[in-house]
Amino acid sequence: MYEYFIAPFAQFGFMQRALAGAVILSISAGPIGVFLMFRRMSLAGDAMAHAILPGAAAGFLVSGLAILPMTIGGFAAGLIVALLAGLVSRLTLQREDTSLAAFYLISLALGVLLVSLRGSNVDLMHVLFGTVLALNNDALLLIGAVSSISLVGLALIWRPLFAECLDPTFLRSVSKAGQPVHLIFLALVVLNLVGGFQALGTLMSVGLMMLPAAAARFWVRSIEAVAGLAVLIGVASSYLGLLLSYHLEVASGPSIILVAGAAYIASLILGRRGVLFSRTQPTRHRIA
Amino acid sequence: MSAAIRIEDLTLGYDGHPAVHHLSGAFVGGSLTAIVGPNGSGKSTLLKGIMGTLTPIGGRIVREGEIAYLPQSAEIDRSFPATVSELIGLGLWKRRGLFGGLDAADREQMAAALHAVGLDGFAKRPIDTLSGGQMQRALFARVLLQDAPVVLLDEPFTAIDEKTVHDLMHLVGHWHAEGRTVIAVLHDLELVRRHFPDTLLLAREPVVWGRTPVALRPENLQRARAMPEAWDEHAPWHEDGQHDHAGHVH
Repeated sequence: MYEYFIAPFAQFGFMQRALAGAVILSISAGPIGVFLMFRRMSLAGDAMAHAILPGAAAGFLVSGLAILPMTIGGFAAGLIVALLAGLVSRLTLQREDTSLAAFYLISLALGVLLVSLRGSNVDLMHVLFGTVLALNNDALLLIGAVSSISLVGLALIWRPLFAECLDPTFLRSVSKAGQPVHLIFLALVVLNLVGGFQALGTLMSVGLMMLPAAAARFWVRSIEAVAGLAVLIGVASSYLGLLLSYHLEVASGPSIILVAGAAYIASLILGRRGVLFSRTQPTRHRIA
Repeated sequence: MSAAIRIEDLTLGYDGHPAVHHLSGAFVGGSLTAIVGPNGSGKSTLLKGIMGTLTPIGGRIVREGEIAYLPQSAEIDRSFPATVSELIGLGLWKRRGLFGGLDAADREQMAAALHAVGLDGFAKRPIDTLSGGQMQRALFARVLLQDAPVVLLDEPFTAIDEKTVHDLMHLVGHWHAEGRTVIAVLHDLELVRRHFPDTLLLAREPVVWGRTPVALRPENLQRARAMPEAWDEHAPWHEDGQHDHAGHVH
């Protein structure tokens, strides 16, 4: 038991750091993903993940595979795409999903072009898919900072965000907070994605955000409960994914996401609000 | 009596085509007014203008005090996991602000509001379990909690059963008695005749604005029905100084 479940983490520093990084990321990305899901922006997370690429690539061009320049570049690129998409939907009749798609595609192509200017395919793979087993202490510090900022930020905007999800028209009629809160929220999304790209890569970091949230929704109802369960599922996926990748000798980032994906499919089928049980009617009912 | 909302030569519309055309008048403080007219006559557009979500093409709207607004098809995400008390609690937003929590007095007020709309014991119910009528009752409870001097209701009784309309209309009468200014967009002319002292009859152009029995005379309704349905792509641009105002019967 110990040999299989604990020893890989006890023996190897890189496994410890990988576990710490993925777990800390799960704690903040989970609740963010829950709000993305309830705002019907599940795919926006994916779009933003692509959008950070040119910034990360620019950082990479300037200073190679150094974490801080790539993170700052990625954050800036993601934020610019989010702002432009929001601006277009406010100034024109085009909806935000369309303008976001347009800008992230431009951003993605720009990013791939930048990476191809210098460096090999291996470098591109690194940026796209990350290397959780190569997390150094700087990267861990960064993930910790990202996670802390996200949790505090989310706690501060929780109520207006809740109101904005529930009844945006009403919020607009009583408060001007809606638009700034939306932007702060998008900034937190981008922040978590860049926090995750060192470990999981730009393409996969969105997985720890959306899959636990989507899975948790099949078990519990209230948003607090969904967020809490999403964190648990994210943490468990991080641990199990790393363990499996160690024993089966397969890539660690995709393993974590695949375990989260398995949790989603299991929840979809077996969850209290999943396909099996939401179709079976209770045999007892109350008189009123 | 002073005006709660004064409207001066207001034109509202989309893409340069007027939906409300040269409207002037006032919703007097404490008045209870129905806005009536065929579909596309600019009723909802006028409310959006009053709320400030639509910028006038011409003229202006002068508002005093806060307004509680219940839009036509509330943009509420019914699948969102909120409870009835979380939904109506939004009504306390102005007083509690962005970050303030709710205290015991607030909870008492919320319970009283639920009682007033006939939803005792519904506080913890998830909103996705409410019927259409119960949802509308809950939204009236939220308006109640907003405690605003002016209340705008956009077709509040569409697809609502008779009993619910009766109960909610009672609440509207209560607001009127408290001296609030209430403006409601309605289609049920019988209901308007029975409960609303004033009526604004719209057909893009204001047809009549005044006492209900006068406004709803057959000849006025006939004029409102004669409103051309489609907008004219090639309608000439309006020249200033050629306004054809409807008479104000106040």
